[in-house]
Amino acid sequence: MTIDQAAAAPAVPDEQSEPLGRSLIARTARRPEFGALIGAVAVYVFFLVTASGSGFTSVDGTASWLDTAAELGVVATPVALLLIAGEFDLSIGSVVGATSAIVAIGSGTYTMPQWASIPLAIGFGLAVGLVNGLVATRTNLPSFIVTLASSLVVGGGALGLSRALSGSTAVTLAPEPSVQAVFGSKAGQFQVSIVWWLAITVVAWWVLTRTRTGSWIYATGGAPDVARDAGVPTARVKVGLFMATSAGAALVGVLQTIAYSGGDVTRGSSFIFDGVIAAVIGGVLLQGGYGSTVGVLLGTATYGIVSIGIFYTGWNTDYAQLFLGALLLVAVMANNYFRKLALSGR
Amino acid sequence: MTTTTTDHSLIELRGVTQRFTGVTAVADVSLTVRPGQVLCLLGHNGAGKSTLIKILSGVYTPTEGTLSIDGEPVTLGGPRDALDRGIATVHQGAGTVPLMSVARNFFLGAEPTKGRGLLRRFDAATAGRIALEEIRQLGIRRIRDADQLVGTMSGGERQALVIARALHFGARVLILDEPTSALGVREAEIVLQAVESARDRGVAVVLITHQAHHALRVGDHFAVLAHGRLVASFARGEMEAAEVIDLMAGGTVMQELERKQA
Repeated sequence: MTIDQAAAAPAVPDEQSEPLGRSLIARTARRPEFGALIGAVAVYVFFLVTASGSGFTSVDGTASWLDTAAELGVVATPVALLLIAGEFDLSIGSVVGATSAIVAIGSGTYTMPQWASIPLAIGFGLAVGLVNGLVATRTNLPSFIVTLASSLVVGGGALGLSRALSGSTAVTLAPEPSVQAVFGSKAGQFQVSIVWWLAITVVAWWVLTRTRTGSWIYATGGAPDVARDAGVPTARVKVGLFMATSAGAALVGVLQTIAYSGGDVTRGSSFIFDGVIAAVIGGVLLQGGYGSTVGVLLGTATYGIVSIGIFYTGWNTDYAQLFLGALLLVAVMANNYFRKLALSGR
Repeated sequence: MTTTTTDHSLIELRGVTQRFTGVTAVADVSLTVRPGQVLCLLGHNGAGKSTLIKILSGVYTPTEGTLSIDGEPVTLGGPRDALDRGIATVHQGAGTVPLMSVARNFFLGAEPTKGRGLLRRFDAATAGRIALEEIRQLGIRRIRDADQLVGTMSGGERQALVIARALHFGARVLILDEPTSALGVREAEIVLQAVESARDRGVAVVLITHQAHHALRVGDHFAVLAHGRLVASFARGEMEAAEVIDLMAGGTVMQELERKQA
């Protein structure tokens, strides 16, 4: 840069002017998961202090919050990807309940092999996602409404059928050993769902950061018109992600049914918003177009830490909701701030 | 009217008229777009500039008249068809995803990949290298990190990125719709430099602008539209700067021309 150009443009930073150290910190602060990291650490330290000596930091305590996080993470990770693509899925709660019932009634009330009822449940999830995706992309209606409708249809249908077929909403099931190993085994108090959670996170991370589908997901949510003009199949991207969230919900239904030796149609309702809460605390922008898998992992861990941490403090566990609500509000505000920071280029 | 550099026409409009129910948006316009030249399309809002560029970019098929590419009359099947023939349109402030990296933006929808099957992945290194190389060729030197979010680039740099992308993917004709209108002086300069680089590489540029200075700075040929008609067409140097500015501002010359038309 010559001197007079530099004088004419004081607002444009010189390439070399930024010290390396500051640049590294600034770069870290611009990552979408930065806020989530602060949140997770802060919450952990909070319970480390308030629940000290209660066993929160023990092996069992750690297993406890990881188990809670894992069950949510299996569905929160695809939910986050769908949010990044600019869509919402309210039907996951019903799919958890319905698939739980499919496995429990199919192999408990009736005599279906468990290795048949489980793929059936996952297939059912994929089908619900396919319908959600096709209806949302073909009609251009908000996915909020489309999936609210399918949530009621699936939830109501499953409840009615469950009562008709088994006389109850909850059915017990004795898992076969091989099924137990894959979906219900434990190491100490650490459940196998943690492995599923981490595996899904790795796959999501790969797709989002390493494949062109990742670019398409970000562009579909970040600037739909630009994406379409560039030839990105935005509808196909969305349909695929709706199928991923439903399949994630179906897997949660299966994991719960095997882990608790029984299915319950009414079980999934908490997941509807918990998935979104974990994603947003993890730095995913509700408007779409921004977020990361590492962030969602941290957001999900934060959810687990709060849910279980409250229990260890001895306080009424109702306060977990209050805690998460406050955290969610702070996260949304922080996300907007971090997004601005990311765009400031400094 | 003669042109100095080349007589080979890339796109030629002959007596093109575009009517919508009850309205004639463009009437009997003939224009030649030549490689290595910047054609500036000037005129008020509603003069027919937008309709004309939509004809050039394949959005509309003209009601009357012919559009020829490389000397052959064609009917464009749509923007995609136009793009396949090397006609790229860049709209004001559009074309990038702010929260995505430079490399990913540059190759959006046409990502280079490496590996096979489940390991098939975005070739970030290649994409980054090419993206940086291409924008550098248009004079953008401040961006040195292909992983940088496009949102951190200035408005002018972003327009240049879109132009660089169009050129990389084989554009022979660049239609730029008000590329500088939302930009400050320095930012506009970045875009104008990019336009000049594109022209020097032999690309035909159609520049739509309100700003007389920008048009005069880069234009080789000027076409002024009013009420859907071509009211003036002249090469660089054939008209005084003051006259052009007056024309664009709808001053005395324009009023005279419009009176003649009416």
